[in-house]
Amino acid sequence: MKCFSRYLPYIFRPPNTILSSSCHTEADIISTVEFNHTGELLATGDKGGRVVIFQREQESKNQVHRRGEYNVYSTFQSHEPEFDYLKSLEIEEKINKIRWLPQQNAAYFLLSTNDKTVKLWKVSERDKRPEGYNLKDEEGRLRDPSTITTLRVPVLRPMDLMVEATPRRVFANAHTYHINSISVNSDYETYMSADDLRINLWNFEITNQSFNIVDIKPANMEELTEVITAAEFHPHHCNTFVYSSSKGTIRLCDMRASALCDRHTKFFEEPEDPSNRSFFSEIISSISDVKFSHSGRYIMTRDYLTVKVWDLNMENRPIETYQVHDYLRSKLCSLYENDCIFDKFECVWNGSDSVIMTGSYNNFFRMFDRNTKRDVTLEASRENSKPRAILKPRKVCVGGKRRKDEISVDSLDFSKKILHTAWHPSENIIAVAATNNLYIFQDKVN
Amino acid sequence: MGWNQRLGGGSGVWLFRRTPISERMMLSKGLKRKREEEEEGLAVDTWWLDPGHPAVAQAPAATAASSSLFDLSVLKLHHSLRQSEPDLRHLVLVVNTLRRIQASMAPAATLPPVPSPPPAPGVADSLLASSDAALSASMASLLEDLSHIEGLSQVPQPLADEGPLGRPTAGAPPSLGALDLLGPATGCLLDDSLEGLFEDIDTSMYDSELWAPASESLKPGPVEGPGKEETTPELDEAELDYLMDVLVGTQALERPPGPGR
Repeated sequence: MKCFSRYLPYIFRPPNTILSSSCHTEADIISTVEFNHTGELLATGDKGGRVVIFQREQESKNQVHRRGEYNVYSTFQSHEPEFDYLKSLEIEEKINKIRWLPQQNAAYFLLSTNDKTVKLWKVSERDKRPEGYNLKDEEGRLRDPSTITTLRVPVLRPMDLMVEATPRRVFANAHTYHINSISVNSDYETYMSADDLRINLWNFEITNQSFNIVDIKPANMEELTEVITAAEFHPHHCNTFVYSSSKGTIRLCDMRASALCDRHTKFFEEPEDPSNRSFFSEIISSISDVKFSHSGRYIMTRDYLTVKVWDLNMENRPIETYQVHDYLRSKLCSLYENDCIFDKFECVWNGSDSVIMTGSYNNFFRMFDRNTKRDVTLEASRENSKPRAILKPRKVCVGGKRRKDEISVDSLDFSKKILHTAWHPSENIIAVAATNNLYIFQDKVN
Repeated sequence: MGWNQRLGGGSGVWLFRRTPISERMMLSKGLKRKREEEEEGLAVDTWWLDPGHPAVAQAPAATAASSSLFDLSVLKLHHSLRQSEPDLRHLVLVVNTLRRIQASMAPAATLPPVPSPPPAPGVADSLLASSDAALSASMASLLEDLSHIEGLSQVPQPLADEGPLGRPTAGAPPSLGALDLLGPATGCLLDDSLEGLFEDIDTSMYDSELWAPASESLKPGPVEGPGKEETTPELDEAELDYLMDVLVGTQALERPPGPGR
């Protein structure tokens, strides 16, 4: 197969791993993907409330070609459907977000959230089992104390590795509206959860209290014109966070300024381009994701048609704007009609903040190299991914003659959308969720 | 159950089959509205910009396009409001879009979804005005319900709650000139003829026991346009009554029956 390396910032091999359900039910749709801080683990959440964690295989001299493959490590049911009796509402079990805590001991910790409740899960390994209890027999049944004539010290014996997930904290009843974001603070003691109108600050140890730090609910709900769409803590400054809105604005807040951060420290907004004005201007400007760069110097935002990079020191416009699928601009009416215009795409940085990635339709995803200004469109599909081959860049033809390998705008499949992607913190490994399939692509191994 | 079966082999692709979980019984209220079949393609249609087009030549393009978008947005809004727990972002964006459309329509618009004869401008204006009030009323009542329930169920939030801080929000968005909005970059409902204007709207998405008759009646009659005297589905009086009720807002306002009787 031809090598298209000159078009690519990185050469990605097709998946070593494609993980998918045999039956595509609604519950199997992946709703969030997240690497942990070392990249050793990759967690996915789905609409059925399950979390599946993959672990990277250790390097092995025997099987060099298998280096770095991800295998299932643990699966557990994080959230169940609930019923709010007071409001007569069903609460979906869909996992909206997963965020890992930095590893501090042998166990792994992650936060997972649905619309209303955040949970802290501990994932730990057990490879030893105590044997030789005095008061219980080997099957665990209690022994009659009167029959015990000698005492022995229980010993730990090896057993098959077992990975168990236990819920350590449940943070509930603090959100009236739907939680869209959670973010772990760099102090590793607190985290925040954001819904449509409020942001709450939690301490990991305290589940029955949270501090409200942002509240944009108007006194008169009739005046509601804007909601919170995403929020994130600064990666290094534990007092700083940002949140984005449905009107395309980003506010940076400093928790040292006041207890309730209703007054922002910085306000990022790009003036509307008058030549592109339409009835749908606000909808397409609504920010669906906001992410700090690893350096903490920049923030990246995703709206319907673009990805923007902002310098924290400049509020009046982004420093970079990347068109994800501008060919959709003339089709906004149809996309409004079928609700696709409301799709919420996420965006991610690579480890060095030099490349950004986001998803699109037709199982396409896009990468933009900030340094070379090159971009590429790739596709996550089984048909296009053969073992050992290199992913071929895709191109959308907007009109006129269509070349052989191009796809016409009118042929795009809008039901195949890539909303969730993740990038390994230090290596060129990406995880792409395409409906119920998870693709893991790795950089070409020399 | 879970990710437990490794198929395939060799050094290439590993395919994990996921054992499906048993179906849970879904409560009807928890079911999100179904996403209707996606259209095969999205044709760019700017027929309403073509001065040669008979409908365009006669009708103000902005009016026809705006009114059909208006109807669509009203449908979306009502559908959203009927959810047991509406998606607030979706709701707010639809309402804001609706206000934009209304603002552009307000100066001269007649209300299209009424069969011949077209309504008197005065009635149309009052319908627009009342529909805005009705929309605001229905959205406001729902959101007030949410906030009322919130007061009952919310865990006390200590300390930092210095009282709700209302965002300073404008009332209606600034009035936008119709032509400003409908620049060449925007597409509108994408069909070649007035007759097919609403054919591509799949109203099954909005089906409910109340909406079924109304969806038919929302197909527009041609307000202006020669020779395109609409083969609108015949609107009987009951359907028209219902449409009027919806627009005017039976919960908030009582109005005499609209034109067309």
